[in-house]
Amino acid sequence: MIGALILRELRLAATGGAAILPLIFFLLVATLFPFAVGPDGPLLARTGGGALWMAALLAALLPVDRLVEPDRAAGVLDQLFLKGVSEEAIAFAKLAGHWLSFGPPLMLAALPAAALMKLPGEVLARLELGLLLGTPGLAALSLGVAALTAGLRRSGALAGLLLLPLAVPLLIFGAGYVARGNEGGAVQLLGAVSLLLVAGAPFAAGAAIRAGRD
Amino acid sequence: MSSLLALEGVALIRGGRLLFEGLSLTLRPGEAALARGPNGIGKSSLIRLAAGLLLPAAGTAARAEAALADEHLALDERQRLGAALSFWAKDAAPGLAAMGLEELAEVPVRMLSTGQRKRAALARVIASGAPLWLLDEPANGLDADGQVRLAAAMAAHRAAGGAILAASHQLLALDGAQTVELG
Repeated sequence: MIGALILRELRLAATGGAAILPLIFFLLVATLFPFAVGPDGPLLARTGGGALWMAALLAALLPVDRLVEPDRAAGVLDQLFLKGVSEEAIAFAKLAGHWLSFGPPLMLAALPAAALMKLPGEVLARLELGLLLGTPGLAALSLGVAALTAGLRRSGALAGLLLLPLAVPLLIFGAGYVARGNEGGAVQLLGAVSLLLVAGAPFAAGAAIRAGRD
Repeated sequence: MSSLLALEGVALIRGGRLLFEGLSLTLRPGEAALARGPNGIGKSSLIRLAAGLLLPAAGTAARAEAALADEHLALDERQRLGAALSFWAKDAAPGLAAMGLEELAEVPVRMLSTGQRKRAALARVIASGAPLWLLDEPANGLDADGQVRLAAAMAAHRAAGGAILAASHQLLALDGAQTVELG
């Protein structure tokens, strides 16, 4: 059942345009940033990694309103409960499906984005490794916030207020690793934060789904 | 467990209001119960309580594997009806046939009319193979043919050893059903 749920998440992300929107957003930010800062190659290379992390963070916010709420409103969560699927399993499947439709495409989009920022090869490598480690954590945060705000009207702004502060550690270690290399174990800390979020999100989201059933 | 649904002295509070208390109901294979009462008295809440989606404030609720049809269709709008039903049941064909939806199996769910959506929800329940059916206003939006099909499906389900708890303000063709008068 979990496999079927993950496949369903991927299908919904692919057909609903939810997978492509964060990508376009990410690339748009990467395109606009040089316009704002100016065509100064060294400056772009120095600040571009951090800007791309900011873009990734904001891109993670876009799919929040379609992760849990449509399934709650359509009664899918109720039907899964009747099938005996636990809320934690639902949340885990959503997390896996969401990351698969969000993380790897973002890493692909980072290639042209890095070219726009004039990032050198080794900086791009650090950005890609950081995104590989950090996007599961971002996906976990999106899911947790989506489950918490499901059923609320106009939850978009609230979701941003909830998600962005919690994503600060990912941003610090991710952008720090891109800018200065593995100083002070930034990449290990990034992985640790991401792992913590991924491990906790299914339980937090599961509890939120249960509490929102009333 | 010989009974498919066992509610013992359940009370339900929603939004600070006591909907009902001391309600007991047992459904064994082949039995059916119909919850009746005016709007807002707690018929749908009773269905959700029986499903385990709401917890009783007092008393105990136990059930066998159940299938639920309420106002939520729970089928993916972009998928074709047949494919959407197969997500919930290994074989959707019996459900489609019982509700007369074979012709619509290739039609996307979002194109269905109100009555067709109701039929689709009932087809999902029929195809589920669960022994206990929980039906919230199953006849709403159904035309005469749909109501005949619903009655036939419910009779066949009970003859095969299933049980049904339905909530409706309309008369349902449930012979020998217990009546739960709420309010």
